[in-house]
Amino acid sequence: MPEVPLLKLENVGKEYFGNRVLAKVDFSLNRGEILGLVGENGAGKSTLMNILFGMPVISGTGGYEGNIVLDGRVVRFNSPFDALEAGIGMVHQEFSLIPGFSAAENILLNREALNGSILELVFSERLNTLDRPAMRRRAARAIQTLGVDIGVDTIASEMPVGYKQFIEIAREIDRTRTRLLVLDEPTAVLTETEARILLDALRKLADGGISIIFISHRLQEVKSLCDKIVVLRDGNVIREESARSASIRDIAAWMVGRQVDDSRPPRTGKVSDEVALSVRNLWVDMPGETVRDATFDVHRGEIFGIGGLAGQGKLGIPNGIMGLSPSGGEVALFGKKIELDTPRKALDSGMAFVSEDRRGVGLLLSERIDWNIAFTGMQVQNRFLRGIPGLGNLVRIRDDAAIAEETERYIRALEIRCTGPGQRAVELSGGNQQKICLAKAFSMRPELLLICEPTRGIDVGARELVLNTLRRYNEEYGTTILITSSELEELRSVCDRVAIVGEGKIAGILPATSPAERFGLLMMGAVGDGDEAAQREAAGNA
Amino acid sequence: MSRLNRGIGSLLMDYAVPLIFIVISAAAIPLSGFSAAYLVQELLIRVGRNSFLILSLLIPIMAGMGLNFGMVLGAMAGQIGLIFVSDWSIVGIPGIVLAMIVGTPFAVVLGVLCGEVLNRARGQEMVTSYILGFFINGVYQLLVLYFMGWLIPISNPALVLSRGYGIRNAISLTGIRMVLDRLVPLKIGTISVPVATYLVIAAFCFFIVWFRRTKLGQDMRAIGQDMPVADSAGIPVNRTRVIAIVISTVLACYGQIIFLQNMGTLNTYNSHDQAGMFSIAALLIGGASVSRAGIGNVFLGVTLFHLMFIVAPMAGKNLMGQAQIGEYFRVFVSYGIIAIALVLHAWKRFRDRMEARRSLRGPAERREGA
Ligand SMILES: Nc1ncnc2c1ncn2[C@@H]1O[C@H](COP(=O)(O)OP(=O)(O)OP(=O)(O)O)[C@@H](O)[C@H]1O
Ligand SMILES: [Mg+2]
Repeated sequence: MPEVPLLKLENVGKEYFGNRVLAKVDFSLNRGEILGLVGENGAGKSTLMNILFGMPVISGTGGYEGNIVLDGRVVRFNSPFDALEAGIGMVHQEFSLIPGFSAAENILLNREALNGSILELVFSERLNTLDRPAMRRRAARAIQTLGVDIGVDTIASEMPVGYKQFIEIAREIDRTRTRLLVLDEPTAVLTETEARILLDALRKLADGGISIIFISHRLQEVKSLCDKIVVLRDGNVIREESARSASIRDIAAWMVGRQVDDSRPPRTGKVSDEVALSVRNLWVDMPGETVRDATFDVHRGEIFGIGGLAGQGKLGIPNGIMGLSPSGGEVALFGKKIELDTPRKALDSGMAFVSEDRRGVGLLLSERIDWNIAFTGMQVQNRFLRGIPGLGNLVRIRDDAAIAEETERYIRALEIRCTGPGQRAVELSGGNQQKICLAKAFSMRPELLLICEPTRGIDVGARELVLNTLRRYNEEYGTTILITSSELEELRSVCDRVAIVGEGKIAGILPATSPAERFGLLMMGAVGDGDEAAQREAAGNA
Repeated sequence: MSRLNRGIGSLLMDYAVPLIFIVISAAAIPLSGFSAAYLVQELLIRVGRNSFLILSLLIPIMAGMGLNFGMVLGAMAGQIGLIFVSDWSIVGIPGIVLAMIVGTPFAVVLGVLCGEVLNRARGQEMVTSYILGFFINGVYQLLVLYFMGWLIPISNPALVLSRGYGIRNAISLTGIRMVLDRLVPLKIGTISVPVATYLVIAAFCFFIVWFRRTKLGQDMRAIGQDMPVADSAGIPVNRTRVIAIVISTVLACYGQIIFLQNMGTLNTYNSHDQAGMFSIAALLIGGASVSRAGIGNVFLGVTLFHLMFIVAPMAGKNLMGQAQIGEYFRVFVSYGIIAIALVLHAWKRFRDRMEARRSLRGPAERREGA
């Protein structure tokens, strides 16, 4: 007798206001199986999962077509609670934690352990007091299942991003009923180590009989974790394949419908001798990314990369320079000293920053795309404004044409998938929202742009676009760019020089063209590996 | 270093209002020339009669609904209860208890109404409840001024206006005057302590402490911090918010009864108005904010508020030969404090948002600061 699959999608389709997002999607998932769902930004992955989970945004926009079959029975969830009731747990692309609550309170949100009392007989269970020790125990158990070490009393708003993700997953684990777990880009905000811990934990859960749908743009992860891969392109299932037999190159090609081209035009940008950013003995007290003593120079017009293993302090450097974490040392921009510890001062001197933690901040979600991109430029540099004829510059009105033009330009350059500049940011897919963040930083035209993890959450095809745009931006405007990324190859392909951070210090700075082994050695902790020579070499190149 | 500065700055900011009051009172006490015993006695009485009302504001704040200007609805319910027991000439503690029993259904109905309205005006709770207070005041006047003695029989002629219907402007609550305060007589030196009243207040504090630890309290905190998240976790947001307002309204009803038993006279048409304004002002003076308030804020606030109003008229008189200045002060300060607190709140929210966005704002900051 063939096993009835736990979940089967039959001809599932969805339209948003006449814009077809999903066509006929078919696939099935067995018990204890891990299915990897991949596709470009805007392919419809999150939408599909929203349908599965009965999210109100789906029914609020006209419902969906086709059937979802769970355990051989057709189900149609009207709300996430029906889905939870049926044993489906979901970890969303956005966080849903109560900021002032502890880890334990968040994990057990609305499922708190309660002390019994007679009041529950007279009124309702809600008048029982919380059994905090039991809550701590249960939360600790769920966290432990994940194999991480997070204090149950840590307040959500004070957690590093990676922790928040674990807390959300722990919440689903604590639900005893959960049979199917949906994770929408759970690793996008995790460091490599954290991601590995998570993947191991998911494997364990699957072995325990829970089925998992795993969405990620890191194809390596998808391949190593999943049993089966489903590729979505423009709302259609292009391919359903065993993870073992598919190569990462194949998957990427299926996703974007062409061979991914990762060659880059030769560098034409001019790096001058002038020092744009000079950093001396910087220390930064950023949790998990402590910087102890970093010294380096970035030249005008240079693209400078900062790489290194997670937790060694590479993220601490830009965060410290921007004054977002307590820091000290000497930092100067074009010879002018920057007062650390005060974000104001850093920003005043013409730097712009794209944080590694992009969710929740930066985008005005309910506003239009063009507004999101142009707003700051309009406020600060008086761009996108024009005078009224006859009044000179006394009264200036918004230049909608200029805004539209600029927006269109970025939409094209970054291939932001949207219905037009007038679409609201909230209606974009996660990856496309991140592209808007980048476009916004670009359109501010800073003298120094600090970008953390520029391609996080962005699909394999678009990643090249983003990197090329960075490069082109640098070449057109001569902007100095400091990129922090956990992906060394990305840095090597786009930067002029790359610094590797180890144990809170600059282990060495190499020209991006240096062979990979030398970077590898630096990462492994061979501090001082010819960095003097390398620096001279790099300066010579400049 | 500047981070530390920022820390101290925002701490000062948070406690600016109580600090100002402490400074003013400290200056005014010697000027007033009152004896310590007199001050303590006055404070004991006033804190006793007001605290309950102010405590009733805490639960909606916890649920993220801001200052419940709708508490005047509860105060009206309490007054309706008092009018009835005065009419029925029920005196002493039974009178008070009965007034509470009669007032409760009114308070519950008004609370549900207020809660439902506020659910339709999310994010605008304060202004809505304030306006709703005016509207219900109209209904209350209709009831008390026209229906009582006409549709609703009132037998005691001392309560009714000479035209035959409608309740008089001021009702003397002789039957229940200070019965709670004097239930347990205790005198320390020359100072008499309203023990029973304080016991009731203590019970209320225990209630709040206990309530915070219940599931319902936890749900309210969750809703107060992030409504969409609470909603997506399956917490019945609307229902819970209505419950918060109902609890607040009912408690305000009891608070008003306790307040009036001490005063001994009911100003039928404006006692409730003052209840709302002064309670909210007192809470804010205690360092509470629109989104954060605790029992400590209540007692600090009510003490400072009254201390100020005991000493200010006398200090004003001694200083400028005019006692009115104190009364003027009282009203001016109440409204002023509320205005300041609301502005501070808006400003703080703005600041927090900016802080969160700062990382991405880039040079926009230059403008912002200028
Ligand atoms: N609420 C909405 N209203 C209108 N259109 C929407 C809405 N939500 C999503 N869309 C559109 O549906 C398409 C698919 O979006 P979806 O979020 O499913 O993409 P995704 O595959 O998850 O991409 P990503 O990898 O970037 O997260 C996008 O083109 C998006 O603009
Ligand atoms: Mg998505």
